[in-house]
Amino acid sequence: MPASEFIGWFADIGLGDRARVGGKGGSLGELQRAGIAVPPGFVVLTTAFERFLNGLERKGPIRSLIDGLSADDHAAVSACCAQIRTRVTEEPLPTDLLDEVSSAYAALCGDAGLDAVAVRSSATTEDSADLSFAGLQDTYLWVTSLSQILHRIRTCWASLYSTESVIYRRKSRLPEEGVAMAVVVQKMVNARTAGVMFTRSPMTGDRSVLTVEAAWGLGSSVVGGEVTPDRWVVGKITGDISVREISAKLIQHVPMPGGGIEALPVAETLRDTPSLSDEELQGLRAIARRVEKHYGRPQDIEWAVAHETNEILLLQSRPETVWSGKAAEPVARPASDPHAHVMSVFGGKR
Amino acid sequence: MDRPVSSQGFPLPSSLRVVPGTEGAQAAYPYHTQFSDADDGRFWFYNSMHFPEPMSAFDMVTAEAAYCALGSANTRVHCLPTTLGIDHRIINGRVYIGGNAVTDPAEIARRTEEFQKRAFYYYENWERLYAQWREKMMTLIRDAQALPKLDLPEFEPLAHVHAGRGVASNHYLLDTYQKTLEGYFRMWHHHFEFLLLGYGAYLTFFGFCKKAFPEITDQTIARMVAGFDAEIFRPDDELRRLARCAVELGVESHFQQQVPADDIIESLRQSGEPGLEWLAQLEISRDPWFNINVGDGFYHHHRAWNDDLSMPFACLPEYIRRVKSGETLERPIERLQAERRELIDGYRDLLETEDERAAYDQMIALAHRVFPYVEGHKFYCEHWYTNLFFNKIREFGTLLSAHRFFPAAEDVFHLTHYELEMAIIDLMTSWSNGSAPRGPQHWPKIVAERRAAVAEWARHTTPPALGPVPDVIDDPAIVMLWGITRENLDAWLAADDEPGGNELRGFAASSGVVEGTARIIKSVDEISRLKAGDILVCQITNPTWVPIFQTIAATVSDIGGSMSHAAIVAREYGLPAVVGTGNATSRIKDGQRIRVDGGRGIVTLL
Repeated sequence: MPASEFIGWFADIGLGDRARVGGKGGSLGELQRAGIAVPPGFVVLTTAFERFLNGLERKGPIRSLIDGLSADDHAAVSACCAQIRTRVTEEPLPTDLLDEVSSAYAALCGDAGLDAVAVRSSATTEDSADLSFAGLQDTYLWVTSLSQILHRIRTCWASLYSTESVIYRRKSRLPEEGVAMAVVVQKMVNARTAGVMFTRSPMTGDRSVLTVEAAWGLGSSVVGGEVTPDRWVVGKITGDISVREISAKLIQHVPMPGGGIEALPVAETLRDTPSLSDEELQGLRAIARRVEKHYGRPQDIEWAVAHETNEILLLQSRPETVWSGKAAEPVARPASDPHAHVMSVFGGKR
Repeated sequence: MDRPVSSQGFPLPSSLRVVPGTEGAQAAYPYHTQFSDADDGRFWFYNSMHFPEPMSAFDMVTAEAAYCALGSANTRVHCLPTTLGIDHRIINGRVYIGGNAVTDPAEIARRTEEFQKRAFYYYENWERLYAQWREKMMTLIRDAQALPKLDLPEFEPLAHVHAGRGVASNHYLLDTYQKTLEGYFRMWHHHFEFLLLGYGAYLTFFGFCKKAFPEITDQTIARMVAGFDAEIFRPDDELRRLARCAVELGVESHFQQQVPADDIIESLRQSGEPGLEWLAQLEISRDPWFNINVGDGFYHHHRAWNDDLSMPFACLPEYIRRVKSGETLERPIERLQAERRELIDGYRDLLETEDERAAYDQMIALAHRVFPYVEGHKFYCEHWYTNLFFNKIREFGTLLSAHRFFPAAEDVFHLTHYELEMAIIDLMTSWSNGSAPRGPQHWPKIVAERRAAVAEWARHTTPPALGPVPDVIDDPAIVMLWGITRENLDAWLAADDEPGGNELRGFAASSGVVEGTARIIKSVDEISRLKAGDILVCQITNPTWVPIFQTIAATVSDIGGSMSHAAIVAREYGLPAVVGTGNATSRIKDGQRIRVDGGRGIVTLL
């Protein structure tokens, strides 16, 4: 699977390639390089987006249109964006680009295209405020044909031109030149169980615990808040499981035969059954520690356990932002007389 | 609740009633331990951790001696800035205690200056002072062992006369009794010489960890600090050694469940050289390591292994079986040390700044320095010395019951230590004068009344706390030794509102959550009822039961704190444990399914 002008395979990319592969793509490459199991896949690089957009620009302006918009004129932004999005989604891919994407897809899934993939946008901006648009950048699960993939790639590109994103860029006076998006195409895991984990406590910010949330089926039910997941708190260093909350998991997300996903009821016998075994929790813990160590900071991780093989795969890892953004007072400083620390116990609180 | 309560919730001391019919027994306790109206203005709590059962009249000496020593260490010796000593009161055989906080900022400042001159000197010179402490304790133990046997001969031995001793045998009863009592009071001073400073250094590190890692469990912190060669592990280590010895000597077939220890010893004695060799090894283990008693050392009826060999012997067959099946019984010290190192380094790596890591290093170094005392002192104080003490008192019981002061030797524990001196002087005087002692007319009725009172008190519950609730609990002694915090008190008040429920709360001793069948085990004879995966529910998890720790799924006890022996050993075995529930053996039914959450200290009846 050789690298090319428009395609980057996970094995060949990392976070340093962010400008070409976006944050999500860089992270997946980085994880694979660190020896962590992620479903295989490739990134449609920003060069592809630029190639595509330049072709579109030749038919009529895009970037200069937006540069001319005022952030306060919501109606104008909205109308302009809708028009651009339609142009993006309806424009066929240039032939050279089309060839590269289809051969990468064939390399990933075989000529018969038997496997389903996820198509996900991968933004290049490092601006943390842009994270607030995370939900607007799209993920399409269980995409099963080349034509659908090509359609979803363009939908991802088009999401750069959502009204909210454009207003944000206008307000921040970000030039349109250089705004780009990469797209991740990754084999889907037919998940028995999936969910998220935080390598610090979302409640207290404690870095010594791992919080795992999981439900049956694909992780989209957990991420989308459509099911109350099982929840565990696991000591990162000790492996002790200090909290086990097994919830009634009423629905699960499963792939639809013709592509896409649907919510189905969970069999009654499984609703109140823990969706992960203790061994799997320890497996997640080991992975979480490796990922966190690799990045050197707390992470927010999406993962899945495959049907049949029960293999744990990482779908995504991004830096935790809520607690990491807070400036914390040091818990204590060294004392010139090391015995003076005991005054915290004996000295009284008053 | 139909008693008058203080505005913040707990009943006032003056509203507590002596159980009808037990007024005489209540009156036996010293006047200064009876509640008075003036006590209504203060906060008190029931010391269920150390005294979970009604105390017989004599056993109250432990409360007296311990609070006397604790108070002097805090108030006068180390000068803790924010607290003086702890007052105690007794009602219905239950011990209530209340701290004396120092609240005046100027006084706190004055005491802080004194404290730092004293406590910091101890921390600085800890190893030397602790080595000296062990010498002092061993001297005290040898002195107690050297006390003479009690003897009242008809005629003074001729040798005494020819030697011109000039002091008759009856005097040595009083002399020995007073030395016995003096030694016990002195032992408690030794006990508290390091205790608060040791716990304080540990809690300093503990507090740091809780702040840096808000969700860290208490047990994880304990595991980072605990040692592996503490005296408290030795009795069990010796049992393992004896099991291996039995197999090596080929005498293992003598050890069978349900066979009395005396019979096993007799059969070994008759079996020839290997049997005699094993018995010689037993003697080596017994002195001193079988001086461990089956409780925390506060009740006369918690006997030592040396006094009741059935307890250690009940465990030998299981250890022998494991030796023969090829298991290594010795604790993997090196692996445990490596695990501790990994924990310490793992948590250290999680700290965000160099400053925090430096402070962490300072605090854990001090915690490691003090911990040998924290773990080790109990064997010398609460076990070894306490056994010697109660056994000496038992000798007085044997002597007095031989003179018909009361029916059984054990009845001596229904006299207070003041009354016992009186009874001894009665006996001394009558021996002197050749007349009959008055005790046989005086004591039997009183002893019977008190025996009945203790049994009656055990049938009544007592409030966990009394009086107004303080806004903050800022007394390091109370927080350290009893784990009492404002949050606990709120939980107690809430529990009062909804009696029953399906939850029991105790101390989170060793983490892990398991469900299983509860087995209420009242004595060591019942151990064979425990099946793999059962949950042991008992009054006290004592060292004797360690061999079954690898079979059972969890343990729950009425008695014990998070630093108790059971907690320390359960943590080492990774066995979920909740201790100090107060009433697990009465609230849980044998065979009932329960869930034990050792990390949170909660037992749920399913």
